[in-house]
Amino acid sequence: MLLGRTANGLYWMFRYIERAENMARLIDAGLRMALTKTSDAPEEWSSVLMSAGVKIGYDSKYKEYNASLVSDFLLRDLSNPSSVMACVETARSNARMVRTALTREAWESVNETWMVLKSTLASNIPETDLPRVLDQIKRETAIIRGAFHGTMLRNEIFNFARIGTFIERADNTARILDVKYYVLLPSISYVGTTLDNFQWESILRSVSAHRSYRWVYDVEYNPVNIADYLILNSRMPRSLNFCYSNIVDNLKYLALDYGKRHECHDMSEGIMTRLEHNEIRTIFDNGLHEFLSDLIYQTNSLSSKIAHAYNFD
Amino acid sequence: MKPFDEMIKTGGEVRPPYEQLKCWLDTQNPERLAQKSLDAENVFRKTGITFAVYGDEEAAERLIPFDIIPRIITGNEWRRLSQGIEQRVMALNAFLDDIYHRQEIIRAGRIPRELFTHNDAYLPEMVGFRPPGNVYTHIIGVDIVRTEENQFYVLEDNARTPSGVSYMLENRETMMQLFPELFQQIKVRPVETYPKLLRQSLAAVAPPGCKDTPTIAVLTPGIYNSAYFEHAFLADQMGVELVEGSDLKIENGKVVMRTTEGNRAIDVLYRRVDDSFLDPLTFRRDSALGVAGIMDVYRSGNITIANAPGTGIADDKALYSYMPEIVEFYTGRKAILENVPTHRCSEPDTLKYVLENLSDLVVKEVHGSGGYGMLVGPAASKKECEAFALKLKANPKNYIAQPTLALSTTPIMTEKGLAPRHVDLRPFVLVSDRIRITPGGLTRVALKEGSLVVNSSQGGGTKDTWVLDD
Repeated sequence: MLLGRTANGLYWMFRYIERAENMARLIDAGLRMALTKTSDAPEEWSSVLMSAGVKIGYDSKYKEYNASLVSDFLLRDLSNPSSVMACVETARSNARMVRTALTREAWESVNETWMVLKSTLASNIPETDLPRVLDQIKRETAIIRGAFHGTMLRNEIFNFARIGTFIERADNTARILDVKYYVLLPSISYVGTTLDNFQWESILRSVSAHRSYRWVYDVEYNPVNIADYLILNSRMPRSLNFCYSNIVDNLKYLALDYGKRHECHDMSEGIMTRLEHNEIRTIFDNGLHEFLSDLIYQTNSLSSKIAHAYNFD
Repeated sequence: MKPFDEMIKTGGEVRPPYEQLKCWLDTQNPERLAQKSLDAENVFRKTGITFAVYGDEEAAERLIPFDIIPRIITGNEWRRLSQGIEQRVMALNAFLDDIYHRQEIIRAGRIPRELFTHNDAYLPEMVGFRPPGNVYTHIIGVDIVRTEENQFYVLEDNARTPSGVSYMLENRETMMQLFPELFQQIKVRPVETYPKLLRQSLAAVAPPGCKDTPTIAVLTPGIYNSAYFEHAFLADQMGVELVEGSDLKIENGKVVMRTTEGNRAIDVLYRRVDDSFLDPLTFRRDSALGVAGIMDVYRSGNITIANAPGTGIADDKALYSYMPEIVEFYTGRKAILENVPTHRCSEPDTLKYVLENLSDLVVKEVHGSGGYGMLVGPAASKKECEAFALKLKANPKNYIAQPTLALSTTPIMTEKGLAPRHVDLRPFVLVSDRIRITPGGLTRVALKEGSLVVNSSQGGGTKDTWVLDD
């Protein structure tokens, strides 16, 4: 038994930590694209903002898209609730709130991340420093994950935290794919141009999968394989299949613990079935964009159902 | 005159309780000690042992400076102190029971009725109600100062929601990490049982209707409260839930908390929310920190609130000057621990005396706390004294005055080595079916040379406090 507010705090704490890390990855991929010069940089940055789900906020503030404005908005701007600093602030506030549910190591790792990034992100980051800062963000969140996995009891506290992590991650991966779905469509040819290749790599890079892709598939990028990898592969830690299988497992433990199933259990298992018993070809045939936008919608609705089931809505 | 120093006598000789520590200090490399000081600060920052300073945006969270030189009290000194404290908390509880019932002490003419009639700390809602176990103030922090080898005074009885106990525990934890060798050489009585005793103590005053193991919770105003760290720390150490007002509601005559498995009843609530915010239906209507209707549940005997609402009257500064009478009235004996002689500015002759001697006195607001709104005469400029005199004349009832005590000093570690600074002591007391006093307490130290203000909100620090097992 946990306070509903504690479950809520854990869930959001881990959603925001995950989001902070995802932001760092998105900027990383954007930087890489801008470097290739083969693409239209402003358009790339605009699609980074779209993947981050913050384009409306950005547009109300700035007129142009470039590396320094976009990365500042995504890293430091506290008026953007999804900026890395805002995420880390929110994650820490939540951690403070649920402190009694965390091990000392888990709490200290979050607190330290907050202290470190508060000072790193205190002033504007020059473009030349961006790679170092992005690395630092990824390292900090990795330390939190390590402390959490290494010290936390596998109980309901752990389950709510994990559910938060994977709901956020599923949403993130689906968004990245959806923003770029058109570059994956096999409309003209299966052999990509140089530009296509860069675009494809960028998608993989934004989920840190550009190297592991080659361990699973060909050396050559291929849009159908990329989609397969990020949607259906059960071993890729950021794929939709992997995210949902974790959501389903953690919800199952809660049902076992509390001796009660809720609507969210049926719903998550339904989505899981769709991911397990599906071919990437079928998804393309029925419309990749339709599939992804439906999944984003379903994930959102699942999140509300979980909050409702466990009294934290 | 030089104040009494707890380590070094006037002649330069080391006082016996500090002999071993002083020997050890003399063998230490100053750089190593300086490094240890920094280590301690890092531990506190990393752990998030911070307190919030209201109205200070930039440094919303600050560390309370920690000094690594322990303050040492002998077993004999402690025995006398704890007898005095025990007598005092018994008197406080008896007094609270009396003034919310028959008011014998007023009938006996020992204290004036006016003290209660216009006092916000006196809650009419408590009249005629007896809390479970007949305990009103369960958790007390008695502020004690020392002026000489054998002279201790009680400065204040914090009988509503004393804070600081987490610092007592973390200071000890930190010292044991930094200097394990010292604890092997010197026998220090442990403080770490406090959370367990607190839990036992709270369980012992559960409502009579509670037959199973009582469900206990700590009620906090939330993460922006200055003492939030302590609330979370205590809940964690006791293994109970840390709840906010928004987690609670009334269901079937019980206070319940909203959990992942539905609503669960609470039997004992250790609240760290002030009386006026406790129940918007009874007290402040705009309070979002309390629980609407909790006073009804309380009065029907279905929950224990610790400390009980209305205990604030016992540590009201207007009442302080009557404490010797109160102790004697309820225990039949003279108070073992003395009060600081106190002038009530409400009395015209006294006011005249206070105004004439302002530069020698400490003047406090009757309802103030945390070192705010007070005048330390000897440290104040002429202009400050004049400005304060105007406030005093405008509302004399609002003030009491005390002689400036030469608080004892103990050494702290400074950049230039050891240097004496003024200290006070807050031991923590638990009252339930019995009285438990943790050997030690929180030593607060004024870090500025010569300063007498030890409050953390005014730049004071803390030290580990050792009661010797001798």
